[in-house]
Parts: sequence; C-alpha cells; structure tokens
Amino acid sequence: MNYINQAITWLNDPLNWTNPGGIIDSLKQHLWLSFLSVLVATVIALPIGVWFGHSGRGGSTVVAVSNMTRAIPTYALLAVFVVGTAKLGAPSVVPALAIFAIPPILANAYTGIREVDPEVRDSARGMGLSGGQMLRQVELPLASPYIWAGLRNAAVQVVATATLAALVAGGGLGTIITAGFGLSIAAGGGQIIAGGFLVALLALLVNGVISVFAYFLTPIPLRGTTRRRLFRQRARVVTDR
Amino acid sequence: MPLAGGEGSVNPWFSWDYITANLDSILEALRAHVILTAQTMVVAIIVAIPLAILGYWVRPLASPILGVSAVLYTIPSLALFAFLAPFTGIGSITVLIGLVLYALLLIIRNTLVGLQQVPKDVLEAADGMGYGRWGKLLRVELPLALPGIITGIRLATVSTVALVTVGVIVGNGGLGELIDSGLHNGNNRAQITTGILLCVALGLVLDLLLALVGRLITPWARKGV
Repeated sequence: MNYINQAITWLNDPLNWTNPGGIIDSLKQHLWLSFLSVLVATVIALPIGVWFGHSGRGGSTVVAVSNMTRAIPTYALLAVFVVGTAKLGAPSVVPALAIFAIPPILANAYTGIREVDPEVRDSARGMGLSGGQMLRQVELPLASPYIWAGLRNAAVQVVATATLAALVAGGGLGTIITAGFGLSIAAGGGQIIAGGFLVALLALLVNGVISVFAYFLTPIPLRGTTRRRLFRQRARVVTDR
Repeated sequence: MPLAGGEGSVNPWFSWDYITANLDSILEALRAHVILTAQTMVVAIIVAIPLAILGYWVRPLASPILGVSAVLYTIPSLALFAFLAPFTGIGSITVLIGLVLYALLLIIRNTLVGLQQVPKDVLEAADGMGYGRWGKLLRVELPLALPGIITGIRLATVSTVALVTVGVIVGNGGLGELIDSGLHNGNNRAQITTGILLCVALGLVLDLLLALVGRLITPWARKGV
C-alpha cells in the first residue's frame, strides 16, 4: 500500500502536472499522436474498405491484413520506424501506430457494406440509382454502425498503444511510467503506479466517450442492432496492446 | 538515411554476420520468449476454461466475468506492468501475470461462445441418455466447443507472442530484449530486424502448430470424415 500512497502524493503535486514534460504536456502529446495516427489510418483504410465492400472484391485481402498485423509486435514496429526514419516523436510514431489502426477500420468498413441486404441493393438499383448514388444514399448510411465501430476500435487501440511510444523515446503519457522505471522501483514506484493509472483511465475514458459519440452519429433505426456482433468482433481484431 | 542497407552499408537491416556472431544471445532471447509464451498459455488456459464453464453453468455470472476481463483487456500493457511491478518486482513473474490477464479474455470469450453454441437437441439427447452434469460437460459440451476453444487459444497465443516484447520494461522481454539493446546500441538495425522476424515467425509457427493440433483432436469437424 506504501506505493499507492506515494502514487496519490505524486498525483497531488501540482508541479507534476504543470512542469514541462509533466502530465499535461504528455497528455497533449499523447492525444495529438493518437489523433494523427487514426487520421492517417482512416484516410488510407476507409476508402479501400468501402470500395472493397461496394465491389465485393478483396475480402481475403482484408483478412490477410488483419492476421499479419496481429503477429507484429507494436514495440518492434515502433523501433523499426525510429531507426528507419532516424527521427523521434510524431514522424516515427504516427506511421507505426497507423499501421495497427488500419485493420479494424478496413475490416469494419468492408463488413458493413457487405452486410447490406442484397434485396435493398436490388430495389435501389430498380429505382434507378447509379453505383455512386447507391453507395452514398444506401450502403454508407446502412454501414455506418460498423464504420463507427471500426473507428472506435481503432481509436481505443491507438490511444492504448501510443503508451508504447515512450519505450522508443516517442513521448506521450507512457513517459511518466518509463521515467518512473528509470528511477528504480524503490524511488519511482509511486510515479509508476500514477502513470499506469493515468494511462488506464485515458484508455477507458476514450473508449466510453467514443462509444457515446458513435451512438449519436448512428442513424436512429440502426442503433444497438449490431452491438453484440461488434463486441465479439472486437476480440478478434484488437489483440495487440 | 537510406531505407535499405545493402552489402556495403555500415548499418544493414539484415546481416548474416550479425546472426552468426551473436547466435548464442539470439537463441537465448528466443528461448526466453518461448518459455514465457508457453507458461502464459498454460496458466491462462487453466484459469480461463473453468471461468468460462462457471459462466456457462451460472448464467448471471457470465456478464461480470466477460466484463471484468474486457476491462483488463482495455488497459494498455505498459500500464498493467506499471501496476504490477512495484508489488511483484522486476522479472519474469511480472511479465507472466500481465500476459495471463490479457490472454484470459480471448480464451474465456471463445470457450463461452463455443459452449453456448452446442445445439439444444444434442443436450436433450445427452440428458435422455442419462448423462449427469459432469459427464455431459466432459463428453458432450466441451468436445463440441473445442473448435471455439482452439480458436481462442490460437488468438491468445499469437497476441501473447507479440506482447512479450513489452516485457523489456520490467526486465524480461524475450526477443524484445534484442530490439531494446539494438536501440540502445547505436540503432543496430540488423539486431532489431532479427528480433522482429523471429517474433513474427514464432507467432505464425505456433499458430500453425495449434491449428494442426486442433485438426487432430477434432476429427469429426473435418469434412468428408
């Protein structure tokens, strides 16, 4: 319990929050890195996933991409990008994290569009909708719960894995933990636990906030319909923390 | 900096010379990685399957068991190691506990879903044949849930192999140690690449092995048999 008291003391010291490189700085950096990574992954994966779903091609590519990235350790890929780009921070961290954010976005966009009832497609075609109109007016709205779920999974995963950037001097909230380990456990135990608490809290918060956002952005009749399936899917797609 | 280092490069991405010169330390890291993965999976299976059976028998317990393991799963690995290290110290035991907690969710969920998907008429037939609760579980329900259980174990194994690397922060990262010392050793590219390639290869080999074991122990699930 001694370390927990130290952690509370550490969190109660205002300087630990406001110092350069303190909690507030690290948090900003963490969110900025995460935002950029999800943005990059979305720009790449969403159009491809939607196109694959619309054309009905590329299903095996989607599965292959998910399987491949599952076996690659995040820490290892971060190390490769640090050494490859010879830069610390966003230039090396963002591409590495984006690679892990691609599978959930890709797979959910593809599945969402594929799952559109073929009869709905037929009637849209019968009403004279062109391919592009069908995509915009029929397929994308119906796929939106999946697409939002994919973005949510990607965001939650990126916020969690951005912690590992600290292992390669890439910044973010993880630096509080690595700095604590740098002090040795006897001296930094409180800080280590405090950092772990902040990181875990952020991951759970982001999960909750994005779920609420996604819920309200989903067309009303579709809310809640795919929750069960998505819940299960999450276990399959998100594995590396 | 050039991305691909060739023969003449001072710091190549891949080098047989590095591998032959450091074979002992590479094999040692690989051994540590395999041992940690194996220990994690054995403990996780021993803990997860009874929990899944408990959730299957006592329905009200299913959601809390899944919920708690899902929350554990949301916590980033570095944070989990940070919570554990001050109490369990620096070393393999901390890595092991953290990895087991992550592996639990995948195995519990797949086992539970597998058990819940056993067809109702099969259960009725088993009841009619006079199987008791345990007989039904061991001879009917678990065998029919095996494909789901094996999928869970495969997923957990691959993700464990990848996660072991984060163990560097608490003193035992298996192949992660190669990557870590490569980073601190003038960005030794060959060392980092070797660590990653072995890690990915280990994950894929274990996945294939488990798939094979799964095929052998569920002969009835194969087509045409």
